[in-house]
Amino acid sequence: MSAPLLYSLAGAVLFGAGLFGLLRLSHLLRKLLAFNIMGSGVFLVMVGLPQHQGGPDPVPQALVLTGIVVAIAATALAVVLIRRYYHLSGMTTLDEVPDHREGDQG
Amino acid sequence: MIGLVRTVAIALGCFALFCGLAISIWNIAGHPTPVNLPQLLANNLDRSGVDHPVTAVLLNFRSYDTLLEIGVLVIAGIAGISMAKTASLEDQELRTSDSLLYALQRWFLPLMLVLAGYLLWAGAHRPGGAFQAGAVLAATGLLMRLGGIPMDFLRPGLLLRLGLGLGFSVFLVVAVASAIGGNAFLAYPPSMTKTLILIIESVLTLSIAMVLLALFVSAPVNNAEDPEEGASS
Repeated sequence: MSAPLLYSLAGAVLFGAGLFGLLRLSHLLRKLLAFNIMGSGVFLVMVGLPQHQGGPDPVPQALVLTGIVVAIAATALAVVLIRRYYHLSGMTTLDEVPDHREGDQG
Repeated sequence: MIGLVRTVAIALGCFALFCGLAISIWNIAGHPTPVNLPQLLANNLDRSGVDHPVTAVLLNFRSYDTLLEIGVLVIAGIAGISMAKTASLEDQELRTSDSLLYALQRWFLPLMLVLAGYLLWAGAHRPGGAFQAGAVLAATGLLMRLGGIPMDFLRPGLLLRLGLGLGFSVFLVVAVASAIGGNAFLAYPPSMTKTLILIIESVLTLSIAMVLLALFVSAPVNNAEDPEEGASS
């Protein structure tokens, strides 16, 4: 097993852990963080796996670079939406305890 | 009790997914790739107009991705602005009165601007490029805002929106112009490749910085208690 393969397997671990957090945590910011961890896992797989096969591959690296920028913007937008949701409803979760309408979630 | 059962079920599901992913990664890693992409890229690097392979992929060979990406960023920025309650980029309540920070900032800001310019220029032949430079530029803007340096020149109504749309528009104009000129969509004319990439990278840097800055600026809501429009409960 080479180091890049280990990276991509670690990416799979991150993806699983992030998915668990996304499904199980209720606070919206934690959900957002878990979602970002999932995304980081995907990036790690995309960079690590081609590197295992033939050295650094610029094509997936460029795609991951694009993905990182989009992920940053999406995260910032999600934070804006979460804050808006909090100010409108006073809640930080999407649980349907009070009869508030649900907001957007990242 | 039922919560525990759910947790265990979700954990098992995630673990099963992880196992499936790991097995498929292992399988993919065991087989050689049918196409040698790095080799293919190295053979065509001369035609791309830049010397760094990642920049060549981003702005020439896969520039479609970059075009769509800046489109996504602009949409995110517009959505963020539409949520904003602040009228100006400068926020009096966030202003710190730390004179040491203020003095330090006046040293840092020009350095960061120079660094952003260097990163942009370096993207042609070494790691760097529009995204890194845009991130540094956005960080400069955040520092200015948090430190309370006046940013009146960046009214959200005017320059901010212009900067927001500039990267996407210029990129799109170049793409459409080459399509009208007889080439494929987004295929640069061979003689002007380097110039066009440099122009696109510069406006992309500006746009990325503006989007990130706009999203940051629109995040704070000044008065948490005041009733807002659409508050129905």
